[in-house]
Amino acid sequence: MELLCPAGSLPALKMALKEGADAIYVGLRGDTNARHFAGLNLDTQGLRDAAREVHRQGRRLHVAINTFAHPTDWESWQLAVDEAVKAGADVLILADMAVLAYAAERYPEVERHLSVQASATNAAAIEFYRQVYGVTRVVLPRVLSMQQVSALAHTVSTELEVFAFGSLCIMAEGRCYLSSYMTGESPNNSGACSPAKFVRWEEKRGVLESRLNGYLIDRFAGGENAGYPTLCKGRFEVDGERYHALEEPTSLNTLSLLPELYGDGIKAVKIEGRQRSPAYVGQVTRVWRQAIDRLLNDPERYRVNRDWDSTLAGLSEGHQTTIGAYHRSWR
Amino acid sequence: MLKMSVGPILYFWPKEQVQRFYTQVAESEADIVYLGETVCPKRREWRLDDYLAQAHQLREAGKDVVLSTMTLLESPADLRELRRYCDNGEFTVEANDVGAIGLLREAGLPFVAGAAINCYNPQTLRQLVQFGMQRWLMPVELSREWLSQILSHPDIEDIRHTFEVEVLGFGHLPLAWSARCFTARSENRPKDQCDLCCIKYPSGRPVYNQEGERLFVLNGIQTQSGDRYNLINEVSGMNRLVDALRVSPEPEGTLEWLARFRAASRGESVEGRSPGDVNGYWHKMAGIVQVEATGR
Repeated sequence: MELLCPAGSLPALKMALKEGADAIYVGLRGDTNARHFAGLNLDTQGLRDAAREVHRQGRRLHVAINTFAHPTDWESWQLAVDEAVKAGADVLILADMAVLAYAAERYPEVERHLSVQASATNAAAIEFYRQVYGVTRVVLPRVLSMQQVSALAHTVSTELEVFAFGSLCIMAEGRCYLSSYMTGESPNNSGACSPAKFVRWEEKRGVLESRLNGYLIDRFAGGENAGYPTLCKGRFEVDGERYHALEEPTSLNTLSLLPELYGDGIKAVKIEGRQRSPAYVGQVTRVWRQAIDRLLNDPERYRVNRDWDSTLAGLSEGHQTTIGAYHRSWR
Repeated sequence: MLKMSVGPILYFWPKEQVQRFYTQVAESEADIVYLGETVCPKRREWRLDDYLAQAHQLREAGKDVVLSTMTLLESPADLRELRRYCDNGEFTVEANDVGAIGLLREAGLPFVAGAAINCYNPQTLRQLVQFGMQRWLMPVELSREWLSQILSHPDIEDIRHTFEVEVLGFGHLPLAWSARCFTARSENRPKDQCDLCCIKYPSGRPVYNQEGERLFVLNGIQTQSGDRYNLINEVSGMNRLVDALRVSPEPEGTLEWLARFRAASRGESVEGRSPGDVNGYWHKMAGIVQVEATGR
């Protein structure tokens, strides 16, 4: 079972390697990847340096080119694939059928993984991507229950990768336009959800307001933990009742599911967070390395160490974690 | 001439209400009718056999009938139901998930690609045509300009006559799908004891921010736009670009609006967009925005 860790910069990448990641995933600057944030991701030279460092340590580099190409800028997506391959990427993480077809035809020898942004949640979709584009691994959206993941694992012939820890996307990835509805920009059309340039914080009489493109997402009284205004995590009103109508600010943490995931032959567990600091990536990677090592050492006696949970909770949104859709109670 | 289509009913309506609606659709000016449950597999007021019976009646009334499939397929049971839709043997299928495209392609059957299929560029659109796509409902977040850029691309020009372009022009926009049922959550029910409570909300449950702005509508596992999308003022700008315009069923006024769209497409002057209706996406802006342009 592979531990796949995020890196938005070379320092984060080095930290993840140091703490025991088996593989690292990165994106290129610009809107060809789904974490298109200012100052984040690697340029061409950075990507080459990353590949050299990762390979020197005997690990693998995945490059996410997982947004959907624009009609007038197809060359940018082609170029991203070309550069990733040239730099020495072991794996391309792709979502767009056009980009998949290009990579499969041009670089058949480079492994292609289906990004979570392609929203493949069922055996028929997975089989399609395998047959048509030679996809060898599929990253599952964070909408499936453990039972459903298990059923898929016993049905499909590709490898499966699941999200293990990090921000919890509550909608099927690649199928959520809430962000563009409020701002014009979405993960699909711009590579980011609730982009930072639309975020405004205002303090009014001791109450902190968070806004996205002018729309109020939440209000925080003094002392309350004020989260980033991801639009699905605000407090809204339904029929006069105010609550987190879609989801609380919370993070996904599946440490407790690790034995089941392993038992079902899940090939890789993925840590979300290319936008996170090197320190964050290092701490999370260390916990997961320990957990996986303990599991592989003696699957029968695996238990979640309390320190792991508290470390991860401290790094989580709102300091709380959930196993999300993997358990039916969340739904 | 712009064809008029009626999308699948996105809400959970009681059986009789669905029946009444389709009786009216049969007598309406609609050219194309999409039938099927696309949101939640637990909704069983109408099953595939009911839809098929309705499909025959609508076909006899002269409508081009298409069966719409589930958008978020999670369980082996969902997949079995999808196969039954795809294997219906008579009616074209609207694929709302790539899994459906996979099955239909394998069977060599033509299909309509729904708005939740991520087709953002001419290269992808060309592939869909090769897989058997005959009509394309573009993703809801795309603009007229984006559409026009795709269609005028050399990769598309030579195959443009082999498929139709459809645009969702009226109704609350389906914007997201989740494992979680937000309607059940709004009633403090767990999803597996939802009691199909969404049947109480024939137009979903509106969600307001703390300043009273209506942002979203909860429709089971689907989240919709808070406001109704309405491109009535934009119909003339669809000439030579769009072949079919879809109205998405609302509890009230759907077919009246369909008739208005038809009249507008004939160049007649009709009542314009209602206050509160939005049209931002078509103008390459946030979907929630209202743009006061006419024509395009």
